[in-house]
Amino acid sequence: MPFRPTVLIALLFASMAPSTPHAGEWAKLAEDGVHDPKGPAIGLLQQPGDALPNLPGDTAGNQVHWIKALRTGVIQPRPNLDPAREDRRLDKDIYLDLYGSMPSVRFPHLAHTEWLDCTNCHDHLFLPKRGANNISMFLILQGQQCGVCHGAVAFPLTECSRCHSVPNNQAQRIVAAIEAEEAKRSAADGDKAAAPTTNSESPSKTPTDGGKAKTK
Amino acid sequence: MTIRHPGASWRGALAAALVVTICIGGIGTSGDARAEYADVVINNYSDAAGMRPVIFPHWFHRIRFRCKVCHADLGFQFKAGGNEINMVKIIDGQFCGACHNGDIAWSVENCNLCHSGKPGTPTQVHESTIQKLAIQPQAGGQQ
Repeated sequence: MPFRPTVLIALLFASMAPSTPHAGEWAKLAEDGVHDPKGPAIGLLQQPGDALPNLPGDTAGNQVHWIKALRTGVIQPRPNLDPAREDRRLDKDIYLDLYGSMPSVRFPHLAHTEWLDCTNCHDHLFLPKRGANNISMFLILQGQQCGVCHGAVAFPLTECSRCHSVPNNQAQRIVAAIEAEEAKRSAADGDKAAAPTTNSESPSKTPTDGGKAKTK
Repeated sequence: MTIRHPGASWRGALAAALVVTICIGGIGTSGDARAEYADVVINNYSDAAGMRPVIFPHWFHRIRFRCKVCHADLGFQFKAGGNEINMVKIIDGQFCGACHNGDIAWSVENCNLCHSGKPGTPTQVHESTIQKLAIQPQAGGQQ
């Protein structure tokens, strides 16, 4: 029988699921096992059950759909302390794991940059180049790569289908179209580079920034 | 004649070992603590100083601030206990002290509001995958 990591991973999720509380249940601070029930903070600190039921619900993690909470304006978290500090966004989906036994992964930069800055992931966690990162569920489950946040603060690793969300053949078509477009642009830039006017738009011509600085 | 894949036996053993580890992890961590997902316990120096460990609730802070405020602008690493935070730095306006200064949030004389954990609770990210898998964090904290 061939070795199937997906079977292992399924078992792993089954073992993690039971200790997740049911939707709509938040432990009281005095009973949560980490706060000191005799400490003076109990009674002064806000209880999760007082704040979180007012936010869009979810079935994992804090039982809060944080992206929905942000986009519907239910919460308006500050993007910076210094208003002069730029709040950078990138609306660009990356498709990964095109030929695996699970559906392909769609990584939405937009949802991530609404919360995080580019420097939080680039380049110390991920090189800004498709196929350059050797992403692996075994590393993710050990708290590396995506697992730095997913499984620690962002939605947990029990939620397979939120990342593995696109059928492989569909993702392959999308990536083929993106690569064809990039090749066309690269060829056009090559023509321009031959002429005296230069344009450093092409990611392939400027490997040091890898297209990361582009906003569209 | 049966042809065996050369890697089949060690792969089987690895799979069995992983399943056992996972089962032990699942049993071992479904016990007493049921704090909110992503609550961080920081106990680098607190126990030794006779203070309760700090509990940092991510849920409370992310209602008010995006991740990038602390993790990009203020320089917090993604590693529980990995930031070498101490009260001198906080009073100097670094890390927690960028907000906990009596201006944006309560100031440092409210010791017990942050130092609110059960004494002896180790540094950890509560409900994190690696905590559930019972993989021991390296010295200095857990990612």
